[in-house]
Amino acid sequence: MLLLLRFDAKTVREPIISLTAIKTGALINILKADVGARKGELIVEVPEDKAKEVLEVLKKMGVDIQEITKSIARNDNCVHCGACVSICPTEVFYLNGENKVELRAEKCIHCGACVKVCPTMALYFPI
Amino acid sequence: MKTIEEINEKIRRGEVCVVTATEMKEITSQLNPEEVVKEVDVVTTGTFGAMCSTGAFVNFGHSDPPIKFKKVWLNDVEAYAGLAAVDAFIGATKPSETRELYGGAHVIEELVAGKEVELRAIGFGTDCYPRKEIETSVSLEDVNQAEMVNPRNAYQRYRAATNSSDKLLRTYMGTLLPNFGNVTFAGTGEISPLNNDPEFRTIGIGTRIFLCGAKGYVIGEGTQHSPPFGTLMVKGSLREMKPEFLKACYFPGYAPSIYLGIGIPIPVLDEEIARALAVRDHEIKTTIIDFGVARRQRPVVREVSYAELKSGKVEINGEEVRVSPLSSYYMAEKVMRELKKMIERGEFLLSTPVERIKRTEVFKPMKQKEIKIVKDVMVKAVTIEEDSSIETAAKLMIEKNVNHLPVIDRENVLRGIVTSWDIAKAVMKKTSKVADIMTREVVTVYPEDPIAIAVSKLEKFDISALPVIDARRKVLGIVTSEALSKLLGR
Ligand code: SF4
Ligand code: SF4
Repeated sequence: MLLLLRFDAKTVREPIISLTAIKTGALINILKADVGARKGELIVEVPEDKAKEVLEVLKKMGVDIQEITKSIARNDNCVHCGACVSICPTEVFYLNGENKVELRAEKCIHCGACVKVCPTMALYFPI
Repeated sequence: MKTIEEINEKIRRGEVCVVTATEMKEITSQLNPEEVVKEVDVVTTGTFGAMCSTGAFVNFGHSDPPIKFKKVWLNDVEAYAGLAAVDAFIGATKPSETRELYGGAHVIEELVAGKEVELRAIGFGTDCYPRKEIETSVSLEDVNQAEMVNPRNAYQRYRAATNSSDKLLRTYMGTLLPNFGNVTFAGTGEISPLNNDPEFRTIGIGTRIFLCGAKGYVIGEGTQHSPPFGTLMVKGSLREMKPEFLKACYFPGYAPSIYLGIGIPIPVLDEEIARALAVRDHEIKTTIIDFGVARRQRPVVREVSYAELKSGKVEINGEEVRVSPLSSYYMAEKVMRELKKMIERGEFLLSTPVERIKRTEVFKPMKQKEIKIVKDVMVKAVTIEEDSSIETAAKLMIEKNVNHLPVIDRENVLRGIVTSWDIAKAVMKKTSKVADIMTREVVTVYPEDPIAIAVSKLEKFDISALPVIDARRKVLGIVTSEALSKLLGR
């Protein structure tokens, strides 16, 4: 399960991820981190079988949690140029046998990097 | 030996054998050149990529009372009007004055799609053209000529790009991730027109081509033509173009641009031509250059073949780096297949070039006043070691009359910097060692950086000196804002 965690000025100073990992025994994989002095945002991957426990612990510690469900989508502006291919951290985009750019959207972690990179504005997050 | 006329006769009779460049690679791997000439008449080559040097001449007809354009805008994108009264050239990379992410490319795209665009112009108000302004909307149906004329398209090959710096760069080669995070390249390699006719035997002035679905023509060598980095100047009518083969785009942080599909048929006249058509990606070489260095002569990171680039991964400094193509092979294939069909249906005849394109040409850089680099203005730095005392630092500053001391380790590697202001603060805090008060995140420059880069760093970070370092962070010197302002006379 992919989670977007938001920390406020108080929670951002505590070693929350380590604490959660110790308490639940879950292996938490940090995919993206944007942490400042007063607030922070993490995207983490949590194993499904531990998800419930992890969510509880995080909630108790005052972290704002949002599950990432909708992945990147593409409209027919795409010209299959492949500019997005080397940008995506989780290799969502690839060239198929016909040299068409295809998506493995289930791998998307919502980082947004590709959205700005696509020269034809073909990529977006469905609402 | 065949002639173009013989091939055209076959096209008219519906007996021509046309293959795409992709199919041709398969054929040349099995047949010898002599057999290839017998079997195949025409090979369609293709490319589909962002081509910035693109635009269109449009003649809008005369208004009543008539106007001579002083300035003219289409959907708020200014077109060049320094021509006859109602002629203008709309360039693809010109940004709109009011709309984000929109430019000349989008205006061309909308016109080709049959849409109307807003025309706004101001005039000189002469005796013969009294009108001073006009606003109207026009589509391709309303105007007279609408001719795409592109000074530089169909690059034979192109330098691939990467980025050694620690900042993300947004360039015309797409987004380049920091620390060699990715590589981008352009061009379609072994199926690209000019790689299949490197001697310019059949692609010359007057060659009929497929330009975004229209029948277009090569009208000369392109600007910056410099084989094997050859380019073409081409033209074709917007009215005949198909929206599918033309797509406006926007490279963030750079400009609008336009994806064009260009296909060129190559007649298989003799064995020499057949041999050239057998070219493969691994034989087509280019270089990966470093956009992390903001100079014309960007350092070459390594040589690379199109086969490696197309594989999706290349090695840089022992690490695998992911690659983005930027040109669309998928669309290039479509272009080649579409052109093949047009020829087979007898709708597209080949033409004999009236003049050959030069096979050697050097691309000259811009004539510029001599540009100064950091090396020209830096002075020897007075440095200090990390474990020195504050007193030593203070003394050194007074003795040598400087305000900045780069702090180094025993190997002369930069560790930090102290300024006279840091010293003054240290006295208050009663600390004793330079290492305790130095700034560790030092803004630096390289000796080959243009001084414009040094100036912008000083301004951006609001500081007054920059240590000059080499790639291993060894201190080579220092530039101060004082020295720079003297040089620039500010
Ligand atoms: S960058 Fe955009 S246009 Fe290019 S392949 Fe990806 S989605 Fe398609
Ligand atoms: S937002 Fe785009 S770049 Fe980020 S993970 Fe999803 S597909 Fe990849």
